[in-house]
Amino acid sequence: MDLFEYQARDLFEKHEVPVLAGIVATTPEEARAAAEQLFAAGSSVVVVKAQVKVGGRGKAGGVKIAKSADEAAERATEILGMDIKGHTVHRVMIAAGADIAEEYYFSVLLDRAERRYLAMASVEGGMEIEQLAVERPEALAKVAIDPLVGIDAAKAAEIVAEAGFAADIADQVAAVIAKLWTVFTAEDATLVEVNPLVKTGAGDVVALDGKVSLDDNADFRHPEHAELEDAAAADPLEAKAAENNLNYVKLDGQVGIIGNGAGLVMSTLDVVAYAGEEHGGVEPANFLDIGGGANAQVMAAGLDVILGDEQVKSVFVNVFGGITACDEVANGIVGALDLLGDAATKPLVVRLDGNNVDKGRAILIERAHPLVTLAETMDGGAAKAAELANA
Amino acid sequence: MSIYLNKDSKIIVQGITGGMGAKHTALMLDAGSAIVGGVNARKAGTTVQHKDADGNDVTLPVYGTVAEAMAETGANVSVAFVPPAFTKDACIEAIDAGIELLVVITEGVPVQDTAEVFAYLQGKKTRMIGPNCPGIITPGESLAGITPHTITGKGPIGLVSKSGTLTYQMMYELKEFGFSSAIGIGGDPVIGTTHIDALAAFEDDPETEVIVMIGEIGGDAEERAAEYIKANVTKPVVGYVAGFTAPEGKTMGHAGAIVSGSSGTAQAKKEALEAAGVKVGKTPSHAAELVKEILSAR
Repeated sequence: MDLFEYQARDLFEKHEVPVLAGIVATTPEEARAAAEQLFAAGSSVVVVKAQVKVGGRGKAGGVKIAKSADEAAERATEILGMDIKGHTVHRVMIAAGADIAEEYYFSVLLDRAERRYLAMASVEGGMEIEQLAVERPEALAKVAIDPLVGIDAAKAAEIVAEAGFAADIADQVAAVIAKLWTVFTAEDATLVEVNPLVKTGAGDVVALDGKVSLDDNADFRHPEHAELEDAAAADPLEAKAAENNLNYVKLDGQVGIIGNGAGLVMSTLDVVAYAGEEHGGVEPANFLDIGGGANAQVMAAGLDVILGDEQVKSVFVNVFGGITACDEVANGIVGALDLLGDAATKPLVVRLDGNNVDKGRAILIERAHPLVTLAETMDGGAAKAAELANA
Repeated sequence: MSIYLNKDSKIIVQGITGGMGAKHTALMLDAGSAIVGGVNARKAGTTVQHKDADGNDVTLPVYGTVAEAMAETGANVSVAFVPPAFTKDACIEAIDAGIELLVVITEGVPVQDTAEVFAYLQGKKTRMIGPNCPGIITPGESLAGITPHTITGKGPIGLVSKSGTLTYQMMYELKEFGFSSAIGIGGDPVIGTTHIDALAAFEDDPETEVIVMIGEIGGDAEERAAEYIKANVTKPVVGYVAGFTAPEGKTMGHAGAIVSGSSGTAQAKKEALEAAGVKVGKTPSHAAELVKEILSAR
């Protein structure tokens, strides 16, 4: 899960990373109140920052300065509801203005290819980091982090030295890096990025903008992370699927897809898209992996979500029975159609193979539901589903 | 021959008394695997009852530790069905005990835990497969994992895949030929055994005549495998990549893109594989056709 800037700021604060005051607001009135609070606390200027999980918001006009609470409310009115690269702004953060003397960059992240962590730092912060990496790679220090050792004092000093931080600031930066490492491990992050990390006019080192990605697999040891979920941004069908613990992603096509196993479902999307090229350009409507236990309840919940998608014209159920038995899957489909009754209105193409396939097909043939067509192969099923979606 | 696992492999199951562990212990025994015991610290000294492939009763001892189980049974392989919260400790215990092959089936292990385990096993004798994988099967000899053993038998194809169900699908499409070994390496960001490791092992395995490599979007493992194939693999390789039409996943921020050095798209992976001389199927059945052509031309 990627966090908003204000959520990253709050996590930084929790782990004693130096940050400036920042208060999230969802309305201009809240923005005014937040600004009043910051001005009362001594800020001479505040910054109204759009909270979106995409870069380039400054250039898009999503970051504005305000010198009074009224002005903050006006800027918030302009920014709230703005579209930034397809992301609607639902929140702004009102942040204390910073007196920036210098801008730096720091990140620590999971390095998949090397199967360890990587810390990156630069004394040239503030700009797009990809641009820096391409144009002046020598300005971006990359230091491998051993997961068993982490960033201890020696490693933090090494990162600071590699990046070429000035002697007067080096110890302060190293101390902040050590705290950001605490954020990374204590919160089970896969990315902690600060851009820019700034030196203020007074000589303090402060994390001005942060990006944090958390590992969903570690949610069991962070029940508090559930509050960070952005329920408002989720598609309604995705939210419904999540309530039923279904792994569902809404897409923009006409053929609903249900399958078991992420790889097979991804492959099914591809095969349906290829088949769609022959049938009016229809495309897959979703990704839905029902996992191993395809019982009637899971199948019904999955079908219910997919049939709730108005764009769906046909559904392709593609299951390979590995451990799962095809007769259980077939019973699941029949049970789901019974549970849904008249709510089931769209044609279903079902392809079953593997464990107990004959019993599974026999169940569907005996039931002879008018909406269900049996397919012999994955490619054949995809073609039939595409054809029905284009009818 | 085969890779990593054969009829002489003696297997213990970590978490043998749990629901998943018990179910798959039965299925592994049915596949002919030599399961010699299990581990559960809280149930040490007890036994579990199962049937072997011939339907005979089997009594398996439950030990308190992997080290004890290995000392008593001579086990050299462990299959872990341990909840995610306890997986890291279970892996470290198995590595410390000196197990040769550790197959971690568990789904949902925090990636920082896996990264620590991977760092820990450097320089040790253990090979880890997974986590979040179906494990490995050498048809007709042994199964260490959850792959259905009934799909097909022994043959000349070696298969390595990130995905479980796509492995099963491909084995089914090629059931008339059979497999030397089929290994599911798992789809997690950090895994123990990679495509490259499996490709190297299949290249060295005299029984394997053609290698099937199944990949999917994300990371750059397939691109790295392509480079490896170009330089080191003489046997024919057929590839398949899933996810051409999948939406962009969660981005890991700007920093992640720099590290991977690749867009991670299916198209980029397909092109990299083709540039290395790998024939890449458009669909699983097309990939199977390509394998059949190679085997028919022998």
